[in-house]
Amino acid sequence: MVMKQSALTKKVLPSLLVATFLVTLWWLLVVTTRSVIFPTPWQVLMAMAELVRDGTLWGHIGASLMRVGTGFALAVAFAIPLGLWMGWVQGAYATLNPIFQILRPISPIAWIPIAILWFGVGNESPIFLIFISSVFPMIVQTVAGVHTIERRYLRAAENFGVSRYTLFRQVVIPAVLPQIIVGMRIGLGVAWLVVVAAEMIALHSGLGYLIIDSRNAGNRYDLVIAGMVIIGLIGLSLDGAMRLLEGHRLVRWRYAR
Amino acid sequence: MPAKIVVDNISKSFSSEQGALPVVSGVSFDVADGEVVALVGPSGCGKTTLMNIIAGFERPDAGSIRIDGAAHHKPSKQGILISQHGSVFPWLNVQQNLMFGLNGHAHDDKEGLADHYAAMVGLQGFETNYPHELSGGMLKRAELARALVVKPEILYMDEPFSALDALMNLRMRNELLRVLSEERHTVLLITHDVEEAIHLADRVLVLSPAPAQIKASFDVSLAHPRKLSSRYVQDLRVAILRELGVYSD
Repeated sequence: MVMKQSALTKKVLPSLLVATFLVTLWWLLVVTTRSVIFPTPWQVLMAMAELVRDGTLWGHIGASLMRVGTGFALAVAFAIPLGLWMGWVQGAYATLNPIFQILRPISPIAWIPIAILWFGVGNESPIFLIFISSVFPMIVQTVAGVHTIERRYLRAAENFGVSRYTLFRQVVIPAVLPQIIVGMRIGLGVAWLVVVAAEMIALHSGLGYLIIDSRNAGNRYDLVIAGMVIIGLIGLSLDGAMRLLEGHRLVRWRYAR
Repeated sequence: MPAKIVVDNISKSFSSEQGALPVVSGVSFDVADGEVVALVGPSGCGKTTLMNIIAGFERPDAGSIRIDGAAHHKPSKQGILISQHGSVFPWLNVQQNLMFGLNGHAHDDKEGLADHYAAMVGLQGFETNYPHELSGGMLKRAELARALVVKPEILYMDEPFSALDALMNLRMRNELLRVLSEERHTVLLITHDVEEAIHLADRVLVLSPAPAQIKASFDVSLAHPRKLSSRYVQDLRVAILRELGVYSD
């Protein structure tokens, strides 16, 4: 136990030191430049406390998580079956891959006008933007997963003469699952990344809205930075949650050895 | 006795930048029912391609394969391929791997059957282990059991034990011989290990460097268990090595 604790300290200590240094530097710079707009770390902490106290923080977090959750879930439901199909059927890949390769590099921000045109200003627009941003990496990963199934496994399945259903359920899907989880990790990361941009479209809730509104309503940069820090912390937790999936019994084989 | 496997004038080329590259050239031989035939040849001589053709995974450019007198085109449970790198599914545990081949079988006790074969190769107690929790030798046992459980008539073994260390290799040979004494199978074995071929096979066919052709055939008229240090085995080994272009005396 003692060994474990010291190992943990060894792992965490360097980044903790660097973070402390950066916060101190930030503080010193604000103090020495006598900035009236840019807040000190303490002011940001107080702003967070203010958000917690007046209860608005949970509403913003909830709204953002709901939009990201919905957009991401739709993207998962769309990308995984499509990716499996494109990976398995050569014709589907040849037809659809060029289209996705053109759509993929377009920044989700470029879709904002179209999102407003199609869905107006409500929850649907940001959900659509989150969907658009996370769907492509998941399609790409799933297709790559199918394409990299080792031939010896497919041959063994062929040798035992199993049905198509068994082939998919017991060989293809388990073989691709680790790649799908990588895709989901990337997809969720991107989804959370664009939540701020997505919530710029006039809405009255969400962490993105909090940031834009705090700047517009009286240059409250302490709230702006508080919002940024909260987004960072939640992003970290979401990634941590996705990492937990990598330890699942069904995909552990991929990471063993 | 009619031949179980008839390999009739098989040829195969791969296209390369330099044009067609012949890998197998006019190979013919028969394997009798219940016979163990070993094909030995230098690395890269086209052994694996020949095996894939015989097992039905690849099509020859010319020639034909007949099994029990019928033309053979597609892989099936009649003959299971065990390859060097193995193909035990890493995402299924030992029992699930063994039951994989029983999908669609009407057998009412698949689990019992799987466990019976796991025990037969010495994997009792490991049924719920995943492949990454097994040693190399145990993985080979699992692969052998997965093949045996569907009761194949033929075992196609492509360098099955060459990834194992010498001690484990020897153990697995004895394991295979024990299994074959309990349940008869026709075995086609590919190896580059002459001693392994003599240890296991009733007949050893020597292949030439690519494109593979049959250079020589040796009968191993020796009852099991075979004494590898015997004069007979040593002389045979030297004779086969000579055919392979290696002189060890």
